[in-house]
Amino acid sequence: MLAFALSRLARAAITILFVVTFAFIVLRLSGDPALLIMSVDAPPEAIEAFRKAWGLDRPIWEQYLAYAWHALTGDFGKSMRDGRPAIDLVLERLPATLAITLPALALKLGIGIPAGIYAALHRNSLADRLTMMVSVAGFTMPSFVLALVLVLIFGVTLGWLPASGADSVWHAVLPIVTLGTAGAAIMARFTRSAMLEVLGQPYIRAASAKGLAWWLVVAKHALPNAAIPTVTIIGFMVGSLVAGAVIVESVFAWPGIGRLLVSAVANRDLAVVQALLMVIAAWMVLANLCVDLAYGWLDPRVRSGAR
Amino acid sequence: MSSPLLEAIDIRRQYNVRTAGGVFGRKAVLQAVAGVSFRIDMGRTLGLVGESGCGKSTTGKLALGLIPPSSGEIRFVGSTLPAIGSAAWRDMRRRMQMVYQDPLGSLDRRLQVGPQIAEPLIIHDIGTPAERRERAYATMASVGLQKHHFERYPHELSGGQRQRVVLARALITEPKLIVCDEPISALDVSIQAQVVNLLLDLQDRLGLTYLFISHDLKVVRQVSHDVAVMYLGRIVETGQAEALFRAPAHPYTRALVSAIPSLGEKRERLILSGDPPNPVDVPAGCAFHPRCPFAIARCRSEAPALRRQPDGRAVACHRADDDAIALAA
Amino acid sequence: MAAPLVSIRGLSVDFDDGRRAARAVDGVDADIAAGEAVGLVGESGSGKSVTWLAALGLLPNRARVSGEVRIGGMNLIGAERRVLEGVRGKRIAMIFQDPSSCLNPVHRIGRQVTEALRLHRGMDGRAAEAEALRLFDQVGIADAKRRLSDYPHQLSGGLNQRVMIAIALAGQPELLIADEPTTALDATIQAQILLLLSRIRRETGMAMVLISHDLGVVAENVDRVCVMYAGRIVEQAPGEALFDTPHHPYTQGLLAALPTLTGPRRRLAAIPGSVPEPWNLPVGCRFAPRCPAAEERCRHEAPPRRVIAPAHQAACHFDVAGQSVWPAQEAAE
Repeated sequence: MLAFALSRLARAAITILFVVTFAFIVLRLSGDPALLIMSVDAPPEAIEAFRKAWGLDRPIWEQYLAYAWHALTGDFGKSMRDGRPAIDLVLERLPATLAITLPALALKLGIGIPAGIYAALHRNSLADRLTMMVSVAGFTMPSFVLALVLVLIFGVTLGWLPASGADSVWHAVLPIVTLGTAGAAIMARFTRSAMLEVLGQPYIRAASAKGLAWWLVVAKHALPNAAIPTVTIIGFMVGSLVAGAVIVESVFAWPGIGRLLVSAVANRDLAVVQALLMVIAAWMVLANLCVDLAYGWLDPRVRSGAR
Repeated sequence: MSSPLLEAIDIRRQYNVRTAGGVFGRKAVLQAVAGVSFRIDMGRTLGLVGESGCGKSTTGKLALGLIPPSSGEIRFVGSTLPAIGSAAWRDMRRRMQMVYQDPLGSLDRRLQVGPQIAEPLIIHDIGTPAERRERAYATMASVGLQKHHFERYPHELSGGQRQRVVLARALITEPKLIVCDEPISALDVSIQAQVVNLLLDLQDRLGLTYLFISHDLKVVRQVSHDVAVMYLGRIVETGQAEALFRAPAHPYTRALVSAIPSLGEKRERLILSGDPPNPVDVPAGCAFHPRCPFAIARCRSEAPALRRQPDGRAVACHRADDDAIALAA
Repeated sequence: MAAPLVSIRGLSVDFDDGRRAARAVDGVDADIAAGEAVGLVGESGSGKSVTWLAALGLLPNRARVSGEVRIGGMNLIGAERRVLEGVRGKRIAMIFQDPSSCLNPVHRIGRQVTEALRLHRGMDGRAAEAEALRLFDQVGIADAKRRLSDYPHQLSGGLNQRVMIAIALAGQPELLIADEPTTALDATIQAQILLLLSRIRRETGMAMVLISHDLGVVAENVDRVCVMYAGRIVEQAPGEALFDTPHHPYTQGLLAALPTLTGPRRRLAAIPGSVPEPWNLPVGCRFAPRCPAAEERCRHEAPPRRVIAPAHQAACHFDVAGQSVWPAQEAAE
């Protein structure tokens, strides 16, 4: 298990290095930051001075090495807009994002998993079909549409909840529901198919033939096996805790990571964009690492490398 | 003496595998086929028997040139098989075909079976569309399918009919050699006999040569002139089918034969203990010695060669000439 | 004659998936005496497995089961779930075809054995472990102590089937249903498992139903054989009588279609056509379309059960008196 964990850790580090490099290349390919930041009619001396101040006049590989080294030590330089350390800007937005994505995750798992299990156990029943219909609607609808519908109903028509901003706890309700609904729908569908797959396995029939009560067959034999594929999708959801709310934050004017990303990209604030990508990537990689380790924990076949 | 249609000379095939352990697993070599030689004369059938993992299917693929041997040589009508993918190889594929165990799995369920039967003609660029259709009809008739089956989809046919479709597809290029890999194992008992009879009739009519791979000794005896028994990548005994099953000489063959449940007459049983070893970790000496009730010290250290016996059979056993084991049975 | 241990009367199973209705089992009557070994032979789709899955209530909900399956005065068909759970594993245990996929891949095999011991014998902790070791010993698992903490994927198919048998024995059942227990195993391993089953039967006096498509497997291991075709039992007889003088044309055909390992090689007598689909069964005798002796009556009227000798019955309109209806085959070559 230790060797297994170490090899996954090494892979995670390589992924992060790749992201760092990729971010650098893409942002440089998109144009000269000096020209983009300064106004078009700025005097050439001013542009030159800007370049010198930010190190943009040095050879590109030197810029890359300096950038990569700093990035790996957590230093992304200062925001080109307001001069504060980029990483601080990012980290101070993190709590706001987590404030809506964490409750949304709880919603996804808390509703999606039980609904999926129930639907699978009552396959083809009315409840199953209803659950699946709602679930299809839930994840085919784009989140901004759902967001606008919710705003229209609860914000405008009924006036129960604020439609945008972040002034009180109530402001978080609609963003959380928007995020949670789509996720719960995906989760329900995934859990259901994982459960159905497992319920069709010979060891389920064999467990029943042993004389175990049906709920014990489900609890002890079906659920632990169905959990294995479900971990993938849970990992994906945990991975999107940081950057999964870009659209929803924009619609609800929620001051989180997502909105920072949108405005930093629009402003060509290189340092901030790079810091954001780094934090997002690091979180994703960490989530993936957890998924891999969870596999090893849940499935003895993975642990012993039998597959 | 007739010339061999197919000859395998000391063919080997190994795979690099990873087993559990270490950060990326431990490297190991799996000897799927570890030095196999045989010949099949024109119009004859060689049965290849053995338990799962003994390398019989790999041997079949090697014989057809579907995978290259790690070493050794396959000769077809006297010349070495051309390199895989070359024009000569493609041309040769017309004359040697394969029939697999699972007819549904080797047919495309979205296509009618007729075009699937005619497909090899298109691949090898033979005839006009009309001629191909005619030939498909003729081949279908020869395997007992009717014209109206041409437009059917695989799922609309019974298991036996599907296997006939697969046979027709193999036969349409008029091959000399057909490698049958468990061709009837997936079929019901009452259907197996139909397909066995069909295979024998086709051989009579078309002079086909078969390499017949199966774990079912009774069926192998029914169709084969000669039989080779494999254990862990090697042939342990080979000889004329009836003689071999009547009086198996190798202890493994004896166990295999005695393990076959029979109707009526009770035979003495030689029940082996344990499972066949992992092919990644083949025992030293004779690979069979840990399960062999007759093993002696020599069997643990020295691998027995396949030696020709006076009756024309070949056996790879240090104790093949020992009368003592014959008595012990 | 003593009352049978299990008695099946008029058991029928229908599957209806909304598009088409299929009758998998059609009015099966059978008795299993205590300690008896009965073979149930048939091709795929003959209903031989479904019969016993239905008896134990192990079919999916969409299966409609009617008739009676009695054990000790209790009818299992339509019985409450609790009643069924009390019979499964305790009075009637079942093992299946593919042992490696019948064990839960994420639990250690020791735990899967002790689970049954806790359930049926109320054993826990040390006592359960000791009994599991004894069972492993009984089913011939070497190095039992270490094996308890293995996972199924670490064991061969043969060993996994031994584990399945140990689990089945945990409840000390009166009847073991062995559903194609050796079909997925290699020949030499099959021989080991069959030997084990007959030894255990001798030791425990438990009855066994051996379900198989292989007449040879059945012939060597049971006292009495039932032959099923398209959901019905077409012939039942003591093993020797069935194999020496089969009375039903289907049984005769099956035997003639089998190649042998000894004696002269003959051309096999193939039964023409194929097994009917369960949603498209012929009326009258199910075998009539493939039977060389079929007459007009066979195509309309289901044949009665004809008593040929005590314990030998065949469901055929004709008394063929042990003469094969299939043309004799000459020796090949």
